[in-house]
Amino acid sequence: MKRKLIPIAALLAAALASPAALAQKKYDQGASDKEILIGHINPYSGPASAYGTIGRSIAAYFKKVNDEGGVNGRQINMISYDDGYSPPKTVEMARKLVEQDKVLLIFQPLGTPPNSAIHKYMNAKKVPQLFVATGATKWNDPQKFPWTMGWQPNYQTEAQIYAAHILKTKPNAKIAVLYQNDDYGKDYLKGFLDGLGAKAKTMVVKQVSYEVTDPTVDSQMAQLQASGADTFFNITTPKFAAQAIRKAWDSGWKPVHYLNNVSGSIGSVLKPAGMDKSVGLITTQYLKDQNDKAWANDPAVLEWTAFMKKYYPEGNLAASENFYGWNVAQTLVQVLKQAGDNLTRENVMKQAASLKNYVVPGALPGIKLNTSATDFAPFESVQLARFDGTEWVRFGEIIGK
Amino acid sequence: MNKRVLAGYTVLLLIACALPFVVSEYRTFQFTLVLIYSIALLGLNILTGFNGQISLGHGAFYAIGAYCAAILMDKAGIPYWATIPAAGAVCLVAGFLFGLPALRLEGLYLALATFALGVSLPQLLKYHHLEEWTGGVQGIVITKPDAPEFLTGLGVALNQDQWLYFFTLAVTIVMFLLAWNLLRGRIGRAMMAIRDNHVAAEAMGVDNSMVKSLTFGVSAMFTGIAGALGAIAVQFVAPDSFNIFLSITFLIGIVIGGLSSISGALYGALFIQFVPNIADEISKAAPWAIFGLFLLGFIYLMPMGVAGAIRMGLARLTRKVHNKQAEKP
Repeated sequence: MKRKLIPIAALLAAALASPAALAQKKYDQGASDKEILIGHINPYSGPASAYGTIGRSIAAYFKKVNDEGGVNGRQINMISYDDGYSPPKTVEMARKLVEQDKVLLIFQPLGTPPNSAIHKYMNAKKVPQLFVATGATKWNDPQKFPWTMGWQPNYQTEAQIYAAHILKTKPNAKIAVLYQNDDYGKDYLKGFLDGLGAKAKTMVVKQVSYEVTDPTVDSQMAQLQASGADTFFNITTPKFAAQAIRKAWDSGWKPVHYLNNVSGSIGSVLKPAGMDKSVGLITTQYLKDQNDKAWANDPAVLEWTAFMKKYYPEGNLAASENFYGWNVAQTLVQVLKQAGDNLTRENVMKQAASLKNYVVPGALPGIKLNTSATDFAPFESVQLARFDGTEWVRFGEIIGK
Repeated sequence: MNKRVLAGYTVLLLIACALPFVVSEYRTFQFTLVLIYSIALLGLNILTGFNGQISLGHGAFYAIGAYCAAILMDKAGIPYWATIPAAGAVCLVAGFLFGLPALRLEGLYLALATFALGVSLPQLLKYHHLEEWTGGVQGIVITKPDAPEFLTGLGVALNQDQWLYFFTLAVTIVMFLLAWNLLRGRIGRAMMAIRDNHVAAEAMGVDNSMVKSLTFGVSAMFTGIAGALGAIAVQFVAPDSFNIFLSITFLIGIVIGGLSSISGALYGALFIQFVPNIADEISKAAPWAIFGLFLLGFIYLMPMGVAGAIRMGLARLTRKVHNKQAEKP
């Protein structure tokens, strides 16, 4: 009885679905009945080649999707080129992908300078520059650049969350800020001062910057301590973060210490700084830490581990880049699923800008992605976490939109 | 220059002019980059090939030229074509000034001094007191020039890439003629005399220090002009575009193309433009290993560079022809 019903049901479904499908099929270059061709640019060589593994984990995930039948019956084929983190090379590769390989979109170009180099070109050509791998705030500018979108929480949003937390818990705080003197550091600083609003002038008692080329931040830390501040916002990259944490402890200055998410890694920052000296640090998180014991039995982490073993066995399970790649690739698949049979560039951007409560498997519980025509920032919520000497303990609610 | 050589150059020029109408816009852009690199390599070859001074920092002059063009276009609103001589002049002075103290340094020590220049410049460009001009790590985005209106009036419709290609081609021809004129004359002979034996050159009445500093300046000027063209073609400059690897790439280019050979600059430029792309297509896991294999292959098979190999091949061919003609009574 059951067997007989299945073909009938299938026929019925086909009869219902096909007229609609026929009417809606629309393609731009790179998309067809059989495949969706996407471009990808990543540094596999050069100074940032450590991020090369992101490209390989993304490619592995698309292979998994294709093995399971693809997206709406179409295979995802990704052409990935190496730009060596050199902006002129990024321009050349983006032009090759768009003009010669004729891809539908370019996914995940990595780094602020490489993305800046192709920002104008992609928008002039009206080709999606989707889910770029940088936290700069400028990618969320749908008015001027409607073909570019970021993915991770941007630096300003994160800094505003620290500011809000200070205003709530310690409204009379005297704040010292240490920041890296480049676009990344200044982006954070701007978000932080904006977040404090009118009170920034009285609350922030000292701001000091350092150069990436400086050997240490010891002298900056001494200046900050001398200012008499009782709260410290630490906008530094891993090496300097570890120095600042140790110096703040060793010199006997024990402020309430906020550490930017960029340097939240226990392995590469807190361990070198000293786990005991890191107790009480406050940061934010948006993805689960796949190395954290708390998530050892989490379904998403288990699924990721199984995926890595099958599709990317040579990949490092301890590298957060591989976990990141798996998550960002799923976001693109979600957008392509939503686009259905209308695979035009315009519709891809429209669908990327209409994510509604989409849950990325690796995101912290409660964090959902929402975008709109005026909001091109997918991750906008994070959760605060405090270090207890062995791991980050998340506290409070999910903050953000 | 005999008739056959002249005919050869005419054919080459015709092919170069036809190219952008045959290949895609993207390929046109790539060939524009080849022309730009060939000017930069020619500059380095004048210094290293003809004068025997090794530079591991020519990426710095390329960067100075690029930033000159970008700042003049972005801040002062100067048209793109006017930035080329300006960038050349700035680099001529910068190269000359760097050449003066570098005179005391020979061989590997000079290589190290220039390496220091190449390695430090990207960071100096990020320096926050210069940020108002350089745009810091964010760099400067510039607009690509359109073909001039009088061409459209003449009924020639060129897109941006084709126009930029022809503009670059014109500059390239001028620069190659300049180099050819310089090197075959008195100064060129003085440069090579210093390279071969500087004591003998001095005894012959060559002002060693002046010639060496001037060579440094001229070499930097060529590379700076290439940098300015590069900035216009790529429409973006940032410190990360000009890391030390660029300088080393230039050195690779002149050795592969052929030291002390003018045409070698063109072969070297083809190599540094296309071989990394081929390597990336062969292997994502180890693009540099593949690049290394190519490099070893070229050095092993063509120890005098591509230009040297072609010269030897041609010589063998003409000798055969001569022999045959000689055999016929």
